[in-house]
Amino acid sequence: MSSRNSLAAAHLGVGIAAFGLASAMGLIQALSLADIQFPQRSESLYYMSLTAHGVLMALVFTTFFIMGFGYALAQVTLGRVTGRRTAWFAFWLGLVGTALAAQTILRGQSTVLYTFYPPLMAHPLFYIGATLLVVASWIWGGVMIASYRSWRRENPAVPVPLPIHGMLATIIIWYLATTGLAAEVVGMLIPWSLKLVPTVDPLLARTYFWWFGHPLVYFWLLPAYVIWYTLLPRAAGGKLFSDPLARMVFILFVLLSTPVGFHHQFADPGISASWKLAHTVTTYAILYPSFVTAFTVIASLEVAGRLKGAKGLFNWIARLPWGDPFFAACALAMLAFTVGGFGGAINAAYAMNTMVHNTAWIQGHFHVTLGTTVTLTFMGVTYWLLPRVMGRELKFSALARLQPYLWFLGVAIFSASYHIAGLRGLPRRVYSAALSGEYGAEWHGLTRVAAVGAVVMFLSALSFLIVVIATWLAGRRTDTASFEFAVPLRPVTTLGVWDRFGVWTVVAVLLVAAAYAYPVLNLISHPRFGSKGFQPF
Amino acid sequence: MNVELYERVWMWAASLLIAAFLGTILAMTAFHAITPPSHFETVDPSNLAANPEFGSPGVRPGPDGGVVVTVVAEMFDFSPNPIEVPAGRPVTFRLTSADVIHGFEVVGTNANAMAIPGYVSQFTVTFPNSGEYLIACNEYCGLLHHNMVAKLIVKKEAR
Ligand code: HEM
Ligand SMILES: [Cu+2]
Ligand SMILES: [Cu+2]
Repeated sequence: MSSRNSLAAAHLGVGIAAFGLASAMGLIQALSLADIQFPQRSESLYYMSLTAHGVLMALVFTTFFIMGFGYALAQVTLGRVTGRRTAWFAFWLGLVGTALAAQTILRGQSTVLYTFYPPLMAHPLFYIGATLLVVASWIWGGVMIASYRSWRRENPAVPVPLPIHGMLATIIIWYLATTGLAAEVVGMLIPWSLKLVPTVDPLLARTYFWWFGHPLVYFWLLPAYVIWYTLLPRAAGGKLFSDPLARMVFILFVLLSTPVGFHHQFADPGISASWKLAHTVTTYAILYPSFVTAFTVIASLEVAGRLKGAKGLFNWIARLPWGDPFFAACALAMLAFTVGGFGGAINAAYAMNTMVHNTAWIQGHFHVTLGTTVTLTFMGVTYWLLPRVMGRELKFSALARLQPYLWFLGVAIFSASYHIAGLRGLPRRVYSAALSGEYGAEWHGLTRVAAVGAVVMFLSALSFLIVVIATWLAGRRTDTASFEFAVPLRPVTTLGVWDRFGVWTVVAVLLVAAAYAYPVLNLISHPRFGSKGFQPF
Repeated sequence: MNVELYERVWMWAASLLIAAFLGTILAMTAFHAITPPSHFETVDPSNLAANPEFGSPGVRPGPDGGVVVTVVAEMFDFSPNPIEVPAGRPVTFRLTSADVIHGFEVVGTNANAMAIPGYVSQFTVTFPNSGEYLIACNEYCGLLHHNMVAKLIVKKEAR
């Protein structure tokens, strides 16, 4: 089945371009932090670039990539993208929004980092541009749901294809998450930055931000899970071990990914210890679907190895296609997630959180999770998608084969160093590990090791970009690459409880209300003092 | 739902592990009263100078035989600086910010909290070992964020 898809390709292209730009910024940050001199090194460059890196990586790369991936899946599995013109409109809207916000960052008018905690105040176009990007993603979600509904009318009695099941879950999570973001940005920050209101409450804004900030993680992660469940076993030559459990996992994420945000606010005043504890319980509960995923995906890969004739307990691992860049990238991404998940369980325990909160441990942690588990999976699937949505054969396939290993090596060096430096107390988000000048004997060496890791990561990012650009522009035309999904060991043919999206969405909304209604009402009913804006940059 | 035996075993094992994690945290909360800071008190950040307490930050004797330390974080300093406290006694920090959000991390200890303008963060720590500690701001607060450090001196009490 040929599936050339310019809509998907355009989104993937923008996402990858954002990733490329941000990678270069990551490198200069790592050098600066380690006090390695380079031309133009300055505080303002550091914090500006940190803002750009965070926004481009965490918000632009991921959002565009996921939108493009969603369209590619809808086209192939549902046979349609309903509302193609609306989809293109959303694409341009998102691109314009991104450009508006990005230019204020690059000019140094919005050096507020990607968390933009008030009362740091950015240029109004920073907030407005970001809002346009989010609105674009809402439209994308609408187009995806419309495509699903149109398909459903023609196929009333069969379960939706698993990849779309996962994407619908992603979209519901995204709507739940961005409600918090809209409350913060549209309800508070835009009017404040336009001087329509004099002050905002920084704690309320933070609370809304983390209502958004944690499910954001699952917005990134679920598409990676879709790839592991539905594409990877096939690429490895195996079958999906369990289809209904995959659906259960996606629904559990819909329910649990939002009512957890206080685990980012353990060190904040104004939120009671019992509410922090309640969010701790849901935070640990959300480990469960990831544990189930680990089993199902690894079992699917074992099936692949055994189908290829593996015997004994572990021989199947050797039979897997480690030379295939898509497979290798995903397998290494999963390996990273075992480390990242362990780190996450530590962060979520507030006694241990105190030791690592806002230290370099955190940047070590999210470069393993977002920066590798998600990113490496997306890089791998890009190699797989390019022939399918662009109709081009991969160029420089040897470089593509090497690239995932290079990234993994780089991140291992980079993140291990920052994890340890964080345990020794190095604060995060600092221009220099020497702080005001004379500190940091315990961690300075580690930041230099991390800089070596950053160079390796950057070389890997560059290799990825070279392969993508060369393929895009000069790959040999092909029509033979087919877009096929992993077949379950026991296919499911009837609708089940995990297919009832309407009901689960209602439950999810109720859970969010239960988790936030009381603490937010308690906060806003208390007499408080707002803050005017500050621009110390 | 048809679930393989091995997978079922795994799912139970995962549930037990999660229950063990949570059980540990709940037990620490119940029996050792280990809870995150959760004090709720507001203060006008635009006029801290007029506040009887935050207008003159410093160390005072506390009710529990320890001390209360009032700290104001302000771009890009902490006051008072240095902070002198006794070893082995409860030290209650009362912390706020005069401008943007800052962090207050005493490196190498478990004193680590946010200073949010308009709010008072309060938490109690005991420093068993005397010595000099680095206090670092660990939330980005502007171009000189990395310069925002102070000193904590923990003194053995002369009895
Ligand atoms: C070439 C690869 C990369 C390098 C060298 C790199 C390096 C860095 C460094 C040194 C920091 C600064 C930490 C600090 O001062 O607190 C940072 C922050 C960050 N990075 Fe990366 N990074 C890379 C790739 C990525 C990727 C792929 C992602 C996610 C998709 C990512 C997401 C982030 C985020 C969200 C921050 C936090 C910004 C903030 O604290 O405001 N990075 N990175
Ligand atoms: Cu989180
Ligand atoms: Cu600071």
